[in-house]
This record gives sequence, C-alpha cells and structure tokens, in this order.
Amino acid sequence: MINASPTLSADAPDQTKVKIVEPTIFELSSPGRTGVTFPASDVPETALPPEELLRPDLPLPELAEVDVVRHYMHLSSFNYSVDTGFYPLGSCTMKYNPKINEDTCRLPGFLYTHPLQPIETVQGNLALMYQLQEWLKEISGFAGVTLQPAAGAHGEFTGVLIMRAYHKSRGDHKRVKMLIPDSAHGTNPASVGMMGMNVVQIPSDSRGNVDLKALEAACDDTVVGMMLTNPNTLGLFDENIEKVIELVHGCGGLMYGDGANLNALLGIVRPGDLGFDVMHFNLHKTFAVPHGGGGPGSGPVGVAAHLVDFLPEPIVGIIEEGEDDLPPLYGFVKPAKTIGRMKAFHGHFGGGLVRAFTYIAMHGAGGLKDIAQYAVLNANYLQARLRNTYHIPYDRTCMHEFVAEGRFAGSDVRALDISKRLMDYNFHPPTNYFPLIVHEALMIEPTETENKDTLDAFADALIKIAEEAKTQPELVKSAPHTTKFGRMDEVKAARELVLCCWLPEDFSDQ
Amino acid sequence: MNVPSHLKYTKSDEWFDPATGKAGISDYAQGQLSDIVFVEILVEEGETIEAGKPIASVESVKASAQVYSPASGKVAAVNKALPDKPELINSDPYGEAWMIQLEGGTAGDVMDAAAYEKYCAERAH
Repeated sequence: MINASPTLSADAPDQTKVKIVEPTIFELSSPGRTGVTFPASDVPETALPPEELLRPDLPLPELAEVDVVRHYMHLSSFNYSVDTGFYPLGSCTMKYNPKINEDTCRLPGFLYTHPLQPIETVQGNLALMYQLQEWLKEISGFAGVTLQPAAGAHGEFTGVLIMRAYHKSRGDHKRVKMLIPDSAHGTNPASVGMMGMNVVQIPSDSRGNVDLKALEAACDDTVVGMMLTNPNTLGLFDENIEKVIELVHGCGGLMYGDGANLNALLGIVRPGDLGFDVMHFNLHKTFAVPHGGGGPGSGPVGVAAHLVDFLPEPIVGIIEEGEDDLPPLYGFVKPAKTIGRMKAFHGHFGGGLVRAFTYIAMHGAGGLKDIAQYAVLNANYLQARLRNTYHIPYDRTCMHEFVAEGRFAGSDVRALDISKRLMDYNFHPPTNYFPLIVHEALMIEPTETENKDTLDAFADALIKIAEEAKTQPELVKSAPHTTKFGRMDEVKAARELVLCCWLPEDFSDQ
Repeated sequence: MNVPSHLKYTKSDEWFDPATGKAGISDYAQGQLSDIVFVEILVEEGETIEAGKPIASVESVKASAQVYSPASGKVAAVNKALPDKPELINSDPYGEAWMIQLEGGTAGDVMDAAAYEKYCAERAH
C-alpha cells in the first residue's frame, strides 16, 4: 500500500527546514472517502452503457473535499507565476494579467451563454467579437480577422491553409516550399510539415537579419511563401524587412508574419502596412490573456484584402445595419472561398476574447503604444546592464527581448545552471537553449510590466551568478537549493516516459 | 572533440564512412545537443536516397534536430537497435550509433576531418 500522508524526506539538508513532499491525489485516496453526497434521485433510472464500455477497475481517487482542497492548495504554493514574481521567459511575453480582465470575463452575460444560442439572444457577445475583430484589424493593418484559432500554432496552421488555398484558387499548383529563417519558432516548420509542404531554412546574417543572398537564391515559382517573426527571436527588428518582403512577393510567394513578438510593435508599426499578407496574434501574449499553465491561448489570424475571402467560417459580421439609436444586428457570415471551420464554435470566447477586449479597451490607442515603448525600453535597459558580464552575440539595439550567452570562458557553467540558480534568487529563468543559433542561449523578455527596481534586482542576480560561476561553480551547477525540489533529472524524465496518472500494473511491483 | 580522420563530414554535422557506407552524427553534434532522449530513423532498407534527404530525427533535453543523409545511395541497413538506446549517440557516435548504411554510397557535399575540425572551432565563437 502506498503511503497516504505527506512524508518528510530523509535527505533534507537542514533539519530545521523539513521538506514536505506532496503525494499524488491517487496516493492520498482511501477507499470509501467521499467529497460529495448526491441527493435521492427524482428521475427514472436508465440503463448503463453496454458492459464492454464500462471500466469498473478505474482507480479513481476517493477523498473528502478538504483533502482535495488542501492537495491543490499545496501544489499551487509550489508554483511560480506572474502574480508571484518576475517571469522573463523570452518569446512568451509573460506580462502581468490585469485583474479587471477576470471581472469582465465573469460577467453573467458572457459567462452563462452557450455558443449554440440563437444570435438574437447573444448580441452583446457578438458585438464584442465584432469590435475585437475591428480593433485587431486596426492594430495590425489587416483587412480581415478570424477569432477561431485556439492558440498560436493553430493560428499558424490556419494561416498556411489560407496561403495554400490562395495559390490553388489561382491554379498555381507548383508551390510546395515554405521559407523559414533559422531563428524561427519551432512551431513554424511544424505547421508547414503538417501541411505536407517542404521547409527551406534561410540562414541569418551577422547582424541577425534574414540573409538576403540566401533568400534570393531560394525564391522561385515553387515558393508558397515565407514565415517570418519580426522582431525575430533574437529580439531584433529585421533591418531589411522591406527588401525581404519584396523578394518573396517578387517570386509570387506570400508573407506570413508570426505575431509572437507583436508586443514590440503595438501602435508603432503595422505588419499589414509593411506588406505582410497573413499574421496570427497571440492574445495570450500581447493582450494579457493568462497562459503558461493558466491557458488556454487564443490565436486569431489577420489577413490582407486579397485573402479575406479565404478566412475560416464563420466570422462575426453585421447582418442588418443599425439606424439612429438602433444598434446593428450581428451574426455569423461565411467568406466566399472559405477554407472551412478550424474549431468547434467560435474561438476561446470567455477565456481569451473577453479578456483581450478588456485589455485593449482599458489601454486605448495611446496606452497600446506605451506598452510597446516600455517593453522595448525595459529590454534595452537590461541588455545594457548585462552587456559587460554576459556575451551578447547579436549586440545592437533590441526590441522587446534580447539573447545572451549563458557561458563563460574557462568555466563549465552552462545556461541551464544559470537558469536553475536564478530560481534561488526567486526569479523565473529566461527561455534557454532557444533560439538555436546562439550558444547556450538565455532569451530574456522583461515585458513592459516591470519597474526599474525589479529589473535592477534581476540584473544584480545575474551579475552575482556570473561571479559565483567563477568562485563557486559547484554552487551554481547544483542549483536550485531553495526550491521545494532540487534539480530534476530531465534526461530520465524524457527517456523513461510514464504518462499515466497511476502506475500501470506492469510497473507497480518495481 | 573526437574527429576520426578516416570519415567525411557535412556542414550539418553528419559523418559518412566511404569504406563501409555507414552514416551518423558527429561527436560535435552530440555534444551540442547534450543528452539525446529520442531518435527515429526515417528511411527504410531498400530505399534509394539522395544526399541531403532527412534520414533521422533526434531529440535531446535541449533541442530536436533533423539528420540529413551525407551521401546518396541505396539503404542497405538501418540501425534498428538505436531507437531503443538513443544514449548510444552520446557515448559512441561513430560506432554503435551509426544510423544507416548505404550500398554504393556516393558522398554529397562533404569535407575531410581537418576541414571539419576547423569548421567546428569557428562555430564555437
């Protein structure tokens, strides 16, 4: 029998600070315990499904309500979140999620509606979706927006489907190649691979821009388009963006923008104006929808005028114009050459769309511009403070993030060790080992949320760790020391996959 | 870093043995990837492949990577034991961790050991 109570770990280094190990909820289970009592049934009993569909041996945990509440409260106290501290996870835009968003998405009119309700009964919801589409169009410079995609990579897949449909509609069937820079997010080639297209990797030049010569050589009449993140994952705005787009358009390709880094551009540059044809937004990054364990995400896609007809159906439109004091009647419309539906219902409405709408409404046009400017200022401030301690391989004025090397001459301390040691200073580690074109990458994105005191404390910690790497490398290499658990065995976790909530019988004897 | 002199190397860090027709990834590549936790061989015995075609995908705790064929030819054998022991790529990249063996393989765009060593040293900066 498995131990059913919290255990004290015997190897706790300091006996005054015993480490509490939280069992799984299955281990806390005891036969017969229950958290709810059902009232006597007042409806007729119906037969159970056929026997072969019943699984009487499922080890569902049996616990009292208080046990469940305590279990999850314990686990939540092990967690690190934007609400507990600085979270400079590059490329993820872990900004603070204002609490007013939580109020609005719980308004009964939003919370208690069903996606299958007649449109006459959900006009408020549709008006919000319509207005959000309009705002996203205005922010990005695109002509049409779908709110359907469930998250960023789903938005990419939607965007690439639209690109393919566009070429096909013109009878252009030769196009099978997607150009993707070596600094791209891994989801870009994955989305393209799912479509059965070929990925052609385009190198970066010494300043971190797309290598124009390599791009030019790859541009021919088999190119579907190019997927580009701008600013890219080095946090750098491509200095030749207009030339890049010209080359791709010149061979008949379309330009896809990965909107992961839109936070740097709000109110400053509109991707549609630059010549991008398609882009996905990450509402869970740029527009403060919770993510990273607090999801789900939301990945609307914007398109330029020549692609509007290919958007997924349905999108929210005006069915009858309003007049005088009467608002318009909102409903669902089907684009003429739609690629079809990408998701059941209408996107992540309450979790994503209402929160993003609130965030944009609360900031207004001027506020959105402030977001981009403070995000860029904060990243540049941190980069300047760390420049003399950490090598920055593509060192120029950055946008919302920058990438440093987590290694020092004559030391075997690595980016991973530095990241783990940061946890001892109560900071979430930056993204590490990405992008792949930087050795021992530490990708740091402070976001606009943080004040100078926090940025300074973080820079101080990183500078101190660089010193520790010289004077006490073992301290850094065995970190973290102050967290509930020490360093995880990532190799064992990846090689010996046990993904069940309970141990299958084959393992339980071992 | 171990760079055996009898092998040929690609810019994408695969090795090719012209004598045996075997191919895999270099010691430099495994060092950069760190602990390899997954490998899948993407070609089958009997298949004829061109140099540059993806032959395997490997994943480490840090990253995942495609492995491209350093040579063209007919696949005479694939290392079926490797997917069960991906750690061999870390411990013996040129030996037990061979990935495919080509029959009548013709090397693609490859360099010799000295040139490859120099190429790796340049990338360390």
